[in-house]
Amino acid sequence: METKVFLELLSNSKGVSGYEYPLQDTIISAFSKYLDNVSVDKLGNVIGFKKGTYKDNNVKIMIAAHMDEIGLMVKDIEDNGFIRFTNIGGIDPRTILGQEVIVHGVEDLFGVIGSKPPHLQEPSEHNKAIKMEDMIIDTGYPKEKVEELVNIGDPITIRRNVKNLLGNRIAGKALDDRAGVAALYECMKELNKIQHEADIYFVTTVQEEVSMAGALVSSYKINPDIGIAVDVGFGATPELPISTTIELGKGPAITLGGNIHPNLRKKLVDIAKEYNIPSQVEVTPGPTGTDARAMQITRDGIPSLLLSIPLRYMHTSVELLDVEDVRNTGKLLAFFVASISNDNLEGLLCY
Amino acid sequence: MLLKELTEASGVSGNEKEVRDLIISEIKDYVDSYKIDRLGNIIAYKKGKDIGKKIMITAHMDEVGLMIKDIDKDGFLKFMTVGGIDKRILVSKPVLVGKDKLPGVIGAKPIHLQKPDERTRALNIDELYIDIGARSKEEAERYVSIGDYVIFDSEYVEFGEGLVKAKALDNRVGCSLLIKLIKEIKDLSFYAVFTVMEEVGLVGAGPAAYEVDPDYAIILEGTLCYDMPKLDTHLIPTYLNKGPAISLIDRTTIYNKDFRNKIVEIAKKNNIPYQFRKTSMGGNDSGKIHTTREGSITATISVPCRYIHSPASVMSKKDYDSTFALLKEILYQFEREEI
Amino acid sequence: MNINFSLLKELVGIYGPASNEKTIREYITKEIKDYVDEIEIDSLGNLIARKKGNGKKIMISAHMDQIGLMVIDIDEKGFLRFTNVGGISPFISISQKVVFENGTVGIIYHEPVDDISKLKLSNMYIDIGAFSKEEAEKKVSIGDICIYKTEFEENENVVFTSYLDDRVGCFIAIEAIKKINNPINDLYFVFSTQEEVGLRGAKTAAYKIDPDIGIALDVTAHGDTPKAKRFAVGLNKGAAIKVKDNSIICHPKIRELLVNIAKENEIPYQMEVLEFGGTDSGAIHVTKEGVPSGVISIPTRYVHSTVEMASKNDIINCLKLLIKFLESEINI
Repeated sequence: METKVFLELLSNSKGVSGYEYPLQDTIISAFSKYLDNVSVDKLGNVIGFKKGTYKDNNVKIMIAAHMDEIGLMVKDIEDNGFIRFTNIGGIDPRTILGQEVIVHGVEDLFGVIGSKPPHLQEPSEHNKAIKMEDMIIDTGYPKEKVEELVNIGDPITIRRNVKNLLGNRIAGKALDDRAGVAALYECMKELNKIQHEADIYFVTTVQEEVSMAGALVSSYKINPDIGIAVDVGFGATPELPISTTIELGKGPAITLGGNIHPNLRKKLVDIAKEYNIPSQVEVTPGPTGTDARAMQITRDGIPSLLLSIPLRYMHTSVELLDVEDVRNTGKLLAFFVASISNDNLEGLLCY
Repeated sequence: MLLKELTEASGVSGNEKEVRDLIISEIKDYVDSYKIDRLGNIIAYKKGKDIGKKIMITAHMDEVGLMIKDIDKDGFLKFMTVGGIDKRILVSKPVLVGKDKLPGVIGAKPIHLQKPDERTRALNIDELYIDIGARSKEEAERYVSIGDYVIFDSEYVEFGEGLVKAKALDNRVGCSLLIKLIKEIKDLSFYAVFTVMEEVGLVGAGPAAYEVDPDYAIILEGTLCYDMPKLDTHLIPTYLNKGPAISLIDRTTIYNKDFRNKIVEIAKKNNIPYQFRKTSMGGNDSGKIHTTREGSITATISVPCRYIHSPASVMSKKDYDSTFALLKEILYQFEREEI
Repeated sequence: MNINFSLLKELVGIYGPASNEKTIREYITKEIKDYVDEIEIDSLGNLIARKKGNGKKIMISAHMDQIGLMVIDIDEKGFLRFTNVGGISPFISISQKVVFENGTVGIIYHEPVDDISKLKLSNMYIDIGAFSKEEAEKKVSIGDICIYKTEFEENENVVFTSYLDDRVGCFIAIEAIKKINNPINDLYFVFSTQEEVGLRGAKTAAYKIDPDIGIALDVTAHGDTPKAKRFAVGLNKGAAIKVKDNSIICHPKIRELLVNIAKENEIPYQMEVLEFGGTDSGAIHVTKEGVPSGVISIPTRYVHSTVEMASKNDIINCLKLLIKFLESEINI
């Protein structure tokens, strides 16, 4: 499958943190074509394995991208059937007003998010953002019917299909971090064409947006020599200062800072240069708030790297990226892991 | 002098190499084994009497500082803070940038040109920059890269009645105590661990504790001191010159009562002054250590430091000596298996 | 089901603030020791009691620690200053009685303040009726922790008292230990420590046990009092089965299992979507390779006050649900 097609499929699929299982089959069937083995662990992480050429005691490299997306959850049902909801993961309430949603109940229900019309508000309210607790989801059904189809605790997603924009650019929901999953896919395709000594574990993790639970337990299980997280980074837009953003179309950002192993990072930068893959720099002094953080502090510590795909309008339903950046991320990953051998690992990890 | 060398070395969280190399050169002839783990922690082992319990003594190597995030078109350096730095202390300070310690300054708008309401407002990090004297972006880029770490340019000075002023007393004072223990304690087995990245979220301590899997851990720190006159006594976290501060509770740990009481008893018996750390603010490596694997019993013992996390923090040599005396007695009690 | 609430009355009155759980641990040990196969205490003070079985290894966690106040200073006149151990509200604390481990009783009051809404714990003190520092120091030392003094009340519907959080969870766990005779699953009941300060005990206990499944028993909030924040849990509406809080999104399979068992056995239940807070399952589920975990919550009004209130029917239903769950063959 073309990587762009796979990404579109992923973005249109549903998988709010804690409820990622609808994505499992799509990912397993896509990954299986290129890997030796794909399994699902106790919390729902999908773990794909690709054996290296070296015989035994291979270097283990784990590449992780999270498959969960931010979303909403039913918290109560009003007497007239309106659904009250809460957020799962970081959502700006201003971005969900007037959105169409799907309530994942006994069956999927269409709904719209509404609130008090502006005509009925005091003029002083007009400049205030509407709080999530003052919004409702209207499914068009009376209470009895809603209670038949919906349970408190059911997840809700924004109804959105990918929009193809100019060139290689697309917009949609959950590209954070399905773009990372697509980069893993691109990487495994590339690895099928080249030799690699190391054993590679491709992990699509659960619950990154709420607790990094997926990365914590999967890296404990795999206990890799190197952990690489692939996530998204803030794409440059006019209102953001240049120094805190990365640019679309200029390749993955390679993060630098305390969360990142300095020598491995240098190697990664060298590989990008060697293979003429564009890349940029992202600076985070402390823990990154990505799966790389979870990996770094697992067991007796795992040397970690983080690649970020530039993405505009993060945590909205119109996240925007350049698919070329996804492809370049996958390629860079492939060339990097192929460059790691039992012979050079120790030198690279040395402080 | 060791504390001078330690405090003047550069070791912002995530970039502890210079401090680590210095510590290793100090301890390598006195320990039975040491290794640098996968995050950069030093885990050293000193063999002596085996009491059937694993004892781990730790001090974090890192300090708060700055990191370059961008170089603007005129060659000024934009930066972010690493660890908890009060942005108000940055203005008008000399700094050292990068591995080669390139001098620079953080300037400010002349007071003459400020509007009256500007004078009372704290400057945001976004409004500050480091000036290394470069005339252009290109010139600056020859010396500085994005991601370079920056330390305060502050030398070790002894002053007043037995006081020391330096940067990074939090926590080179702990490192210095631990090095001294390694050199002087001969009869007891223990692990000495120098951790990385405490200031950015206790990163190194958890993995180090996972590796060592201790029964008891003692965390050495330089801690908050604010002994202003006329404050209610319960608002004073620690005093200078009143001896080592024994922690009761902080954001990350409630310290084991029995171990704490034992330490107090040891101090009393040996006429070593001590005080309690009277605030629950802050946290340290103990938070990760005591909940790693199946858990362990921890204590934190600190040298009080005024003006912590600033270029000029202050401690008393008397406190340093009494902290060391207390530590030595505690280890002696372990050796006699009285703990 | 026969259930005797006098044990709950005892449990809420026993001293055991976070990090100082010795007294309550000894009490529970005495209560359960004849009904379990193994008992162990770890370095954080967790009480781990095992009832052996052949099936899944299940960790059931109820925390025995309480919120409290730690003395950090004793002034010249004998007044005690304190810091909080866990979520202590200044407003709830005004004029409450407190009691120390050695039985010393005091009251909490505050310095005169212009604006009571700005009251902070650092403006408050404990008065134990000592007339000097020396006198106070004979009874209390810096580092000692006191708890709210408990008065237990009950009627035919409810119990109200301080420290239902989480002695009611301990109560349910103890009753389950006594009522389950031949466990088919391998049950590790953990009376955990230091939950109130960050799920610290459950973390190390789960690491040691390495269970297949985790279940926490704890109180949850309420949405059924006048003008309460919208929350679909109320008293006397059944056992609450947690969907999420700030520490965990419960494993969908465990949640489903609990719901199905409640339905099959006609145990009233309600679903809980909590927008804050956390409990032991939050620590358990990320242990080692991951532990599918859920929570049975006891709907409770006024949590962290001295008048926490829960319904007797809910408590019984939580117990029934727990027993049925533990006695079922579980495949996940």
